Amino acid sequence: MSMLNSKDLLGLKDVTKEEIELILDTAKTMKMILTSKAKNAPHLRGKSIITLFYENSTRTRLSFELASKYLGATAANISASGSSVAKGETLIDTGKTIDMMGTDVIIMRHNMSGAPHLLAKHVEASVINAGDGMNEHPTQALLDMFTMREKFGKLEGLKVSIIGDIYHSRVARSNIWGLTKLGAEVTVAGPATIMPPEIGKMGAKVFTTVQEALIDADVVMGLRIQLERQKKGLFPSEREYSRFFGIDDKRLMLANKNRLVMHPGPVNRGLEFTSSVIDSDDSVINEQVTNGVAIRMAILYLLTREEQ
Amino acid sequence: MRTVIKNGHVIDIKSGLNKVTDIVIEDGIVASVEENADILGAEVIDAEGLYVVPGLIDAHCHLRDPGFEYKEDIETGTKSAAKGGFTSVACMPNTNPVIDNETVVNYIKDKAAREGYVHVFPIGAISKGLKGELLSEIGELKFAGAVGISDDGKPVVSSGLMKKALIYSSMFDITVISHCEDMSLVEEGVMNEGYNSTIMGLKGIPSAAEETMIARDLILSEYTGVPIHIAHVSTKLGIQLIRDAKKRGVKVTCETCPHYFSLTDDSCLGFNTLAKVNPPLRRQEDVDAVIEGLKDGTIDIIATDHAPHHKDEKNLEFGYAANGMVGFETALPLAITNLYHKGHMSLEAIIEKMTINPAKMLGLAKGDISVGKMCDITIFDANKEYTVDISKFESKSKNSPFDGYSVKGAVKYTIVDGNIVVRDGMLM
Repeated sequence: MSMLNSKDLLGLKDVTKEEIELILDTAKTMKMILTSKAKNAPHLRGKSIITLFYENSTRTRLSFELASKYLGATAANISASGSSVAKGETLIDTGKTIDMMGTDVIIMRHNMSGAPHLLAKHVEASVINAGDGMNEHPTQALLDMFTMREKFGKLEGLKVSIIGDIYHSRVARSNIWGLTKLGAEVTVAGPATIMPPEIGKMGAKVFTTVQEALIDADVVMGLRIQLERQKKGLFPSEREYSRFFGIDDKRLMLANKNRLVMHPGPVNRGLEFTSSVIDSDDSVINEQVTNGVAIRMAILYLLTREEQ
Repeated sequence: MRTVIKNGHVIDIKSGLNKVTDIVIEDGIVASVEENADILGAEVIDAEGLYVVPGLIDAHCHLRDPGFEYKEDIETGTKSAAKGGFTSVACMPNTNPVIDNETVVNYIKDKAAREGYVHVFPIGAISKGLKGELLSEIGELKFAGAVGISDDGKPVVSSGLMKKALIYSSMFDITVISHCEDMSLVEEGVMNEGYNSTIMGLKGIPSAAEETMIARDLILSEYTGVPIHIAHVSTKLGIQLIRDAKKRGVKVTCETCPHYFSLTDDSCLGFNTLAKVNPPLRRQEDVDAVIEGLKDGTIDIIATDHAPHHKDEKNLEFGYAANGMVGFETALPLAITNLYHKGHMSLEAIIEKMTINPAKMLGLAKGDISVGKMCDITIFDANKEYTVDISKFESKSKNSPFDGYSVKGAVKYTIVDGNIVVRDGMLM
């Protein structure tokens, strides 16, 4: 058994508050390794870690690969376009093939919600969900929570406002599960056509104006607006989106003085946030990237370490 | 050849028979219904404590033959039907080739006559190739033996085509069966839209997708004056629309399936692809409305929508998995368990919706126990408790979300044209 309750990390919906706290605490140590001069530690020595990505990604994938290597693991990667996946092999068959090569951890990103859950049932290796469809992106939410905790000291009582395309966002779902478990108050806002039904029951407050959502927010998190959603008619234009939901300096003033501006990236400058918001002192978008490596080091370590 | 079914509780809706008596079968024909029938020289079926009803009729199933025999074929499909107590099944035309011409109807009839365990009645396509563009040769289909027409699996998107289908089919006295789904509302949805789709990050299918199409079809039926049958109704508002239309005198009938009165979309949690079906499993209030619709007669028929799929088509990411579940072998037990034993409906009302009502809708001279007619009879134990075990299914496919589900009610005998096809729960 790993140090976590399950062999896999599939989402924050089914992990406990204690597990999240353990991950965040471990990431603190990992960040020290990451920011030291000699970035090589032995925590994952002898472990084999594969990234299996069915969707494009730069930062998440690189972040996992570096996390593996900084801790001494053997890391390799597979892209859906460059393997038998492209020839129509099923996910289970691909997973079993990887499993049989002595793999300890499979890190998967997939365009279909629930794909990592299916994989995890059929492989012995630990599975880490690096984003599945619209469902969850637990490591992103954990790095977000790590960043918030680093700045504010705790998550309990924090008011976190998430603005944008909530419907399609696995980042939003994972953050809602995780943050509410640790006592933060989550508010979401965005165009009603890209707001999932009954999301309030997940524990988030829902607003249809960005102003209401921003009032007294400690954290203002923007989500990437994807152009193809607009082409599908989910909102009329980017122009109209930024008029009603885009965050500029003036709107940002509604939030708390000690606010943080966060974004999982990549950012559309001038759409979710104006450039001056992105480049302001409130923004921790770049620190999020560093913390992402630390969080992933922590998760890899906790999942592969045998309980003493 | 003489068979006597002894001391069973006979329920026949058409004649109103509802008492313990004997049924005598001679050369496949119901010879008499009488108490203390003479058993000399006869094979005796001891039906004491059991119910004896007209052979069940399934108005909606997929036998996958021709074209998808790796999922099911006429032999295995009819074995499964017999095991579930069905003596007649009407199979949908989304085969390959599509049932849109006489040749395919004849293929199914011939194969069913050779290899089938129960009667098979093909349903023809509304549109050629199920493409939703041009009417299929409905007259030819009817004369070849099709008992209904439907593009099931797909909606008839064009309202104009649906209107033409109604008017044209009325010349041949064949019922149009509509699969109601507004695809512009479904978009890429894979399960019911609601809290569960939100927390699984799956795209939702709003109940409105079914309801807007039901409303359209009710309007077209009312406008043309031609009857219509609505397949697999699953939502509260859809049922209310049909209830209101019936009150106005619209000649509409409709069906639901056991999964719509037995399960909610909670069954999809954990990305359970066995619970993926179209229309999708809905909310508890829809389940309650389906039961209410069955009780007050808004819903005329309980059909299975038996939809076999190979395990490789289910062992996939939820979004990629096929829609549908096998249903023959669980339909009657689920109806008895969830409708009768829970106090919602009498056995008579359930039997009506699984015998005479589907027979009427499809224009079959079946669904009753009448002296002088060929004998199709189902005998069941309404109180036998057991656990559903999909590995024991006769169907070639095992895609059922009911594995491990506790039911109370079991088929004991299925008699087709006087032949005992299932004896004491075992396929002969």
